[in-house]
Amino acid sequence: MTTTTLLFAVLVLAVGTYAFRLAGPLLGDRVTLSPRFEELLTTATVVLLVALVATTAIYESKDFAGYARPIGVAVGGALAWRKAPFVVVVVAAAATAAVLRLLGVP
Amino acid sequence: MTNGLLPFIVEYVRSIWRTLDRDVARDIALVCLADALVGASFGAIAVSAGLPLWLPSLLSVVVFAGAAQFMFVGLIAAGGNPVAAVAASLLINVRHVPFGFTVGELVGTGWRRAIGSHLMIDESVAFALAQRDPIQRRAAYWVCGLSLMVCWNIGVLVGTIGGAVISDTDALGLDAAFPAVLLALVLPSLRTAPIRRAAAAGAVVAIAATPFLPAGLPVLLALVGVAFGLRSGRAAEPERISA
Repeated sequence: MTTTTLLFAVLVLAVGTYAFRLAGPLLGDRVTLSPRFEELLTTATVVLLVALVATTAIYESKDFAGYARPIGVAVGGALAWRKAPFVVVVVAAAATAAVLRLLGVP
Repeated sequence: MTNGLLPFIVEYVRSIWRTLDRDVARDIALVCLADALVGASFGAIAVSAGLPLWLPSLLSVVVFAGAAQFMFVGLIAAGGNPVAAVAASLLINVRHVPFGFTVGELVGTGWRRAIGSHLMIDESVAFALAQRDPIQRRAAYWVCGLSLMVCWNIGVLVGTIGGAVISDTDALGLDAAFPAVLLALVLPSLRTAPIRRAAAAGAVVAIAATPFLPAGLPVLLALVGVAFGLRSGRAAEPERISA
């Protein structure tokens, strides 16, 4: 692939991504949304984030990511549920996955 | 960027930084550290795959979206068609459209919108969502977005130049850190039963669809879960009349 082709591909990806990001703030400013619809959009954002959590915890692209990662995330999630400090949640999730792998768990 | 605009931006960032709760700032710093390490692995992976040195950093500045960057570099390195690589990466980024409607108010208008929109990433959206107070929300969104822009790019640069120093972030369990970060931030938003139903339904759909659909699509498909979070029309009716 030539440098020009690659540069152009990056440019298209950047412009497209920026357009996606700009769409909400730009359109949201033009139209007044009812409180009910705004609530719906917040729900949509929560649903998207939870779906991201679920898929990135379980899969590596389209395949099962192995046990260490989801167990680590579950440990972090349980700690977060018990209102543990954020730092503890994140470090515990990473440490659990790392230690499990060290012990040979895939 | 014109010289006239820069002082306004600096002053805006300064005031937002002063506003932000110190505990939230500390949490953001931790995510910055984790993402910098992932960024370093991104740079190392891209370069070791034989891609040009400028590519990882350029992507990290102008695209600034981890999952899409990994997808793009992976497909290009595998000799994939650039059109397919762009399409697949864009698909992963479509979720920023619904994100944008939720955080649009935090982004602001004018030059704030031009810059603030580019700072829209999973982490900044999640950090904003986790704050109750509207002023804290805005501060968390901006500080998280700007800090990650800096840390992510430093990490990518270090990985690009330093090579395989930290190519295996899985050994550090960092692959579990990203979902854990989002989970910890989104948990307080799962306050009500309808939202919990919506989130659970969406997660099930996304998990079921992931092996069969192109990356990015399963997460978008999760939006059907929103229907499970709708209060019944009758229950909502009196509220609309009073509004």
